[in-house]
Amino acid sequence: MAYSKKVVDKFENTINEPAKFNVGRFDPKEINVGTGMVGAPACGDVMKLQIKCESQGNTHVIKDVKFKTYGCGSAIASSSELVEMLIGKTLEEAKEIKNIDIVEALELPPIKIHCSVLAEDSIRQAIEDYEQKQ
Amino acid sequence: MSSNIKLPIYMDYASTTPVDPRVAKKISDHLTLDGNFGNPASRSHKFGWQAEEAVEEARSHVANLVNCDPREIVWTSGATEADNLAIKGIANFYQKNGKHIITSKIEHKAVLDPCRQLERDGFEVTYLEPNEGGLITAEAISNAIREDTILISIMHINNELGTINDLDSIGTLAREKGIFFHVDAAQSTGKVAIDLTSLPVDLMSFSAHKTYGPKGIGALFVRRKPRVRIEAQIHGGGHERGMRSGTLATHQIVGMGEAFRIAKEEMDADTKRVEALHKRFFESVSNIEEVYVNGDPDNKVSNILNISFAYVEGESLIMALKDIAVSSGSACTSASLEPSYVLRALGRKDELASSSIRFSFGRFTTDQEVDYTVSLINHAVERLRELSPLWEMYLDGIDLDTVDWQTH
Repeated sequence: MAYSKKVVDKFENTINEPAKFNVGRFDPKEINVGTGMVGAPACGDVMKLQIKCESQGNTHVIKDVKFKTYGCGSAIASSSELVEMLIGKTLEEAKEIKNIDIVEALELPPIKIHCSVLAEDSIRQAIEDYEQKQ
Repeated sequence: MSSNIKLPIYMDYASTTPVDPRVAKKISDHLTLDGNFGNPASRSHKFGWQAEEAVEEARSHVANLVNCDPREIVWTSGATEADNLAIKGIANFYQKNGKHIITSKIEHKAVLDPCRQLERDGFEVTYLEPNEGGLITAEAISNAIREDTILISIMHINNELGTINDLDSIGTLAREKGIFFHVDAAQSTGKVAIDLTSLPVDLMSFSAHKTYGPKGIGALFVRRKPRVRIEAQIHGGGHERGMRSGTLATHQIVGMGEAFRIAKEEMDADTKRVEALHKRFFESVSNIEEVYVNGDPDNKVSNILNISFAYVEGESLIMALKDIAVSSGSACTSASLEPSYVLRALGRKDELASSSIRFSFGRFTTDQEVDYTVSLINHAVERLRELSPLWEMYLDGIDLDTVDWQTH
């Protein structure tokens, strides 16, 4: 398998210590929670990302994140990597995160680029959901 | 528990087997100056005669395992070449009688790809769907037979599922209609008894490396009575009665012969052992929730166990089972990102198909290896389900078929 050591480490750490790596869920009905779910079982990957935010002045800051991912090792590693990038960022900063940031951080092989695209879609959707609630 | 187990554990015997040490010894006796290294086609000296004798002895061992005449065995480079020779050989020789071929969607690529090639050459091919249990029935074949059908090619044991097709009923039908019947039996030798004297099969492909022999050698059975003729696909010297030219690879041939001799001798003992391993494995794994066996359990060999772990993706499971060598018909393992075409053909739901893993055991698998593997599976499935949004939805009672997924 053409996996970088970074993908393998991230994957293994995430499955071995799920709590530490933000695996879990928030109640999606909470007003300060935004949920994004992208992908499909038929395509082999589904990512669910939830952000919990706090308003600070005229901006909103991501205080906590939870995720669950069904997918290949790269998909799970991509979600986990994204989650780490998000905590403490404002929504504006989070919107700036691009799939290429994940590709570079994990050294994803070309055949797994779609995993990073899916991760980018999941944060977009989670932010959209959150903003609609405010 | 793992201290006395050598990792990684090999659970992929259906992909290839290690060479039996007795076979390796036989091979090494046929390589060097001190050994029997001659060219079996050399007629003018003892080196050639001795090599020829070794090749013919090996041919008898192969014939003996499947109960046919040694003169009906043609050496090839493996089952892939044997499949090509049978399918293209019949098609080319008998195309005046018709240009229609029947095969199935769950055949090995070594059958499907030659059929695709023949389609490009103007033949028509019908690819049959298996039933829910992964079997190709005589009834399905009967419905597909046309006036111009010249060949039926159906595998004996499916490599992904381990399901066993009923060769007798399919062959009887083929005989009635005067259609040639080819069988890919790469997975069969040493696992189930084959009696070509009574089976109505015209051509059968064999491989050495699935039965503790070396890679790079196989054979094609070509029936003499009633006579089956094939057009050669490789020319250059007219070896193997003109059906397959090329200097015979003595060391590989004696390896295959020895492997098949041992297979005949030890088939009953091997089968009993593997059945016990299968039982041990299956009884533990079936304690896990939402686990499904793929392929008809009543028509299946014990050395292959194909299991779907629902709501867990196959490649991530294989990655989590890094100390176990297994194979997956899963998304992501191939460049095509498609679930196994065999499981697709069974009509499995995609999320089940994408979590299927094939475990296959063999002569050197131990009880300890099975126990250790099952404990790792338990752990990995639990962890990955904790991570799976689909598992969460299942626990919440959500029917995944009703969700409006965003396909990409």
